[in-house]
Amino acid sequence: MSTQARPGWMEKPRPVTQVGKAIALVVVVALVCVPFLTILSTSLASQGEVVENGGWVLWPTEPTLDAYRDILNGGIVTHALGVSIGVTAVGTTLSLLCTVFLAYALARPNVYGSKPVLLLVLFTFLFPPGMIPSFLVVKELGLLDSYASLVLPVLVNVFNLVVLRGFFQGIPEELYEAARLDGAGDLRILWTIVLPLSKAALAVVGLFYAVAYWNSWFYASLYMESDHWPLQQVLRTYVVAGEGLTDTTTGEGTVSAPQTVQMAVLVIATVPILIVYPFLQKYFTKGVLTGAIKS
Amino acid sequence: MAALLRERPGKSAASRASHSPPGAQKKQKRFQRKRSIALSVLMFGSFAYFVVFHYGALAGNVIAFKDYVPFDGIWGSAWVGGSNFERMLDDAEFWHSVVNTIVIAVLQLVFYFPVPLALALLLHSLTWGTVRRFVQSIAYLPHFVSWVIVVALFQQVLGDTGMVNGYLQDAGIHTIDIIGNPDAFKPLVVAQVIWKDAGWGTIIFLAALSQVDEQQYEAAAIDGAGPWRRFWHVTLPAIRPVVVLLLIMRLGDILSVGFEQMLLQRDAVGPEAAEIIDTFVYYQGIVGGDYGYAAAAGLFKGLIGAALVYAANKVAHRLGEQGVYK
Repeated sequence: MSTQARPGWMEKPRPVTQVGKAIALVVVVALVCVPFLTILSTSLASQGEVVENGGWVLWPTEPTLDAYRDILNGGIVTHALGVSIGVTAVGTTLSLLCTVFLAYALARPNVYGSKPVLLLVLFTFLFPPGMIPSFLVVKELGLLDSYASLVLPVLVNVFNLVVLRGFFQGIPEELYEAARLDGAGDLRILWTIVLPLSKAALAVVGLFYAVAYWNSWFYASLYMESDHWPLQQVLRTYVVAGEGLTDTTTGEGTVSAPQTVQMAVLVIATVPILIVYPFLQKYFTKGVLTGAIKS
Repeated sequence: MAALLRERPGKSAASRASHSPPGAQKKQKRFQRKRSIALSVLMFGSFAYFVVFHYGALAGNVIAFKDYVPFDGIWGSAWVGGSNFERMLDDAEFWHSVVNTIVIAVLQLVFYFPVPLALALLLHSLTWGTVRRFVQSIAYLPHFVSWVIVVALFQQVLGDTGMVNGYLQDAGIHTIDIIGNPDAFKPLVVAQVIWKDAGWGTIIFLAALSQVDEQQYEAAAIDGAGPWRRFWHVTLPAIRPVVVLLLIMRLGDILSVGFEQMLLQRDAVGPEAAEIIDTFVYYQGIVGGDYGYAAAAGLFKGLIGAALVYAANKVAHRLGEQGVYK
């Protein structure tokens, strides 16, 4: 199995070890993939086949997109999908912008007030304010049931900030000085030198923000009325807690949504992650490690 | 202040500029100051987020010492001194949530913590790069899936009408009762954490393993050390700092176990099995409307937690490790 790059000094691995490793790897891959496969298959099967098989299908005999048609025809799920996409897009943009500004200012030694700001930012990491006071702040600001309540309270993540700051600090000082002698201001240096050199870190931090916004449901359950919910909170209510969908799809409320429909919601909530994932995966080690090592 | 000045790169730029005519030097300095102010403005603009949502909220913790009535607001509500804390110390439900939190954290430490390490060693031992990268990609994936989806997937696979029970039924073996069973809840949440984060957790170990100089292995092999001795004398010392660091940091964070994970499943198994400190705060405050009391419990957790992280960091430094901050 592993004949490709074995150095000369290394013993030939024993067959038993090889087989053991292969089995372990197959198990790991199966444990991750099979659950995803079964929800995808169930969402593509007909409701009759799912009921007959006891609630799930591993391979649909007659694949159909009925479940997807049901939920994407303008009901609760369609709206929630729109909310999730909007919050993720706007939130990620704002978060990246603020994090870049803060990280850059905190990475440069010539910024007025950066030392106390750095200390105050790091302190929040040690002592988070707590759920109840955070809730009351959002309430006092009049943000309840506004989409801003899903973005502003989580605008900057300290870990992401530290990752980016570490990356910016790793850029050689000579580049800054050369640009400065050419007459470039700090913002121009950020735009033309620092950001292009930090693509890997930006990709990773952007992904972390986007995933956090896309996956967030708790704040929506705290702050938002049910007709403004994002997809994950809809998923939580109708699939995990099994409440009925009062929706155009069934016409009547309180009936638990059909299994195929539930699984289709689950698939739609997962797919965006599966799509962006391969593109950003190559940056993970690079981006995460710089942060981890610097912090 | 002197130290601050010494660190400024502006100084080195200025000293370099001293070889050029005095006019240019002046211009240089003026630019320097202007730029710093522009960045300061951007920095403080973004920092406003921390002021409002962290320090504002931190100040809101005063309601832990008040009988908070929404109509009277945070400042208008009556002071009650430490009575919220006295009530908390006498509250069996609160202490039950503390015990649950620590039990789950310890279970994770024992059963979750070694998994990423073992997986990292397995992945590192693979010499076939394509296979290794493929398995890595698959193993990282669950980390990016939300807790809602993880819980739904576990229901789908292990639930009454789930896949595993379907196969068991077909095979004529008695079915297993895991989802919604309070007795099985703690192992279940540990299994969920392993499924979601063990793959992602390998990253830091793999990085430490890749730092090892290949020549060390070669030299050891030439000296006659077999695979086990090489593992013991080369691999282990290389990952020891990371292991110690992560272990200490996890101990410092022992009062936090997945809040979202517990909240999603608490209704199904009941508070007896699933109440942790964070869900206690949530149910007392947000659900029960007893904000002052809930804030007191939250503040208690925050203070002890910060002390533990601080202590853990001290221990890390004492052991010669880096810690999370300096």
